[in-house]
Amino acid sequence: MLNIAKTIPSRPVYESLHALTGSSHLLVADGAGGQAILDFARQLPADWFAAAHIIYVARSENATSHALQALRPRQWHWAPSIPSALPRLSKVLEDAHMGLRLYLAGTEGLIGEAMQVALDAGIDHTAICAEHRGSLVRRMQCVHCKGISENVTTQPSQCAHCGLWLLVRDHYSRRLGAFQGVCIHAEEPANIPPAVETFV
Amino acid sequence: MSAEHLKIPVRVSEVAAVNALVTRFSFSAISGAELPTFSGGSHVIVEFGTCMNPYSLMSSPFDTRSYSISVRRDDAGRGGSLYLHHNLKVGDEGLISHPLNLFPLNLRARKHLFLAGGIGITPFIAQMAQLSQAGQRATPPFELHFCAQSAGLAAYADALKSQYAGRVTTYFDDQKQKLELAQLLQGQPLGTHVYVCGPAGMIDWVRKTAAGLGWPDNVVHFEHFSAPQAGTAFEVHLAGSGRTIQVSERQSFLEALEAANLNPPYLCRGGACGQCETQVLACDGTLDHRDHWLSDEEHASGQKIMPCVSRIRGRSITIDR
Repeated sequence: MLNIAKTIPSRPVYESLHALTGSSHLLVADGAGGQAILDFARQLPADWFAAAHIIYVARSENATSHALQALRPRQWHWAPSIPSALPRLSKVLEDAHMGLRLYLAGTEGLIGEAMQVALDAGIDHTAICAEHRGSLVRRMQCVHCKGISENVTTQPSQCAHCGLWLLVRDHYSRRLGAFQGVCIHAEEPANIPPAVETFV
Repeated sequence: MSAEHLKIPVRVSEVAAVNALVTRFSFSAISGAELPTFSGGSHVIVEFGTCMNPYSLMSSPFDTRSYSISVRRDDAGRGGSLYLHHNLKVGDEGLISHPLNLFPLNLRARKHLFLAGGIGITPFIAQMAQLSQAGQRATPPFELHFCAQSAGLAAYADALKSQYAGRVTTYFDDQKQKLELAQLLQGQPLGTHVYVCGPAGMIDWVRKTAAGLGWPDNVVHFEHFSAPQAGTAFEVHLAGSGRTIQVSERQSFLEALEAANLNPPYLCRGGACGQCETQVLACDGTLDHRDHWLSDEEHASGQKIMPCVSRIRGRSITIDR
């Protein structure tokens, strides 16, 4: 778990995965979030995963994905990217009953996008257990053109849609699952500070 | 802040016996104006004669020409409900507070599951009216499960069953019909919110069962007004003004403060809203907490009391007013 400072109230901070009371458990992770599930599993009785469904996002199946499958979850699904995992998440939630608990682990992009799907399914963010692992890369919404840029690592960052240079704020929108980016040189059009790798 | 300025002068426009224990009263503004808009789940404080009790509004939120409440006669209570049952007639004038909602619908729910016990049916009547007429936006499904001692004491059960066909299930103790709560909760689709209004035991049962089945706290809604109970008399020292006042056996702590013209803050008068929270500086006796506002730790600390429903067993209490 990485320590993230709660700079402003909307900046999400995360906890460590921990067991919630429930009749079934849905775990969604990407990249290093897989290791968070493996660490979590060490605190749990061996049969806990018999009521669990794991959706794991990684470019290719790897040692982590094999270790996750070895937990013998009731259902297992590997997805090559976050967008390819979301329709399955949505369908699982649509068919689920009360008593299902949701766990998210990995990048803030994965947590944010999965949480959006969960909110649409009627799960409140306070009922979700989320742990941040891996890079601090951000999803950013340009407040000017509304386009969302993925994998933002620098401060400032250029909008992938309208090309404006944006100050990446800590102001986070749960509805959008993204940080807000605002024009960094609105008052001094000639002054664009150099981009510095910040969210790594 | 006192709720004094929020009171509305009203006239009784209807008194209707619903069953052996329950009577419905309707009120309209003496001024002839419409009453304030409210949302399903709201209550008002009803002040007539010696009655000053909170009651849930049961009439449709879409009709503000009058408000309706249903009052169960509590023969063992301090007399508020008895006063209304025995004295109130059409044309009588009194006061009601502005509506306050401590039991609102969560409009993000994918489904609303209503669990009523006895007279706890009343807020759901307003909420179901609200959901049924909410306009163009597709409203989520709802269902009502209504527990009562007998069919004869299940106020409005028949009317609700015909109005909301297929959405209302009743359970009558005298017919040995039992709400299979765990089974009901387990079958609910993700995104369901549950609402319970009824006796304290029912509320505890629903909260514990839901928590045990993995329902997060934020989807379990409950409303329980504790009417202030009579007790033994005690003395109150007011550290702020140096005065001492007496609380009699049948008076609530809050009523005694009001009788001494102290103008204490309050909203719900039922131990639910938190408005009358008061600092305890000393107590010669034991605090007898009856509220649903303070946490268990706060109750145990002996430093706070909710005078609308709580009192002390003992000689005297010193508060910071």
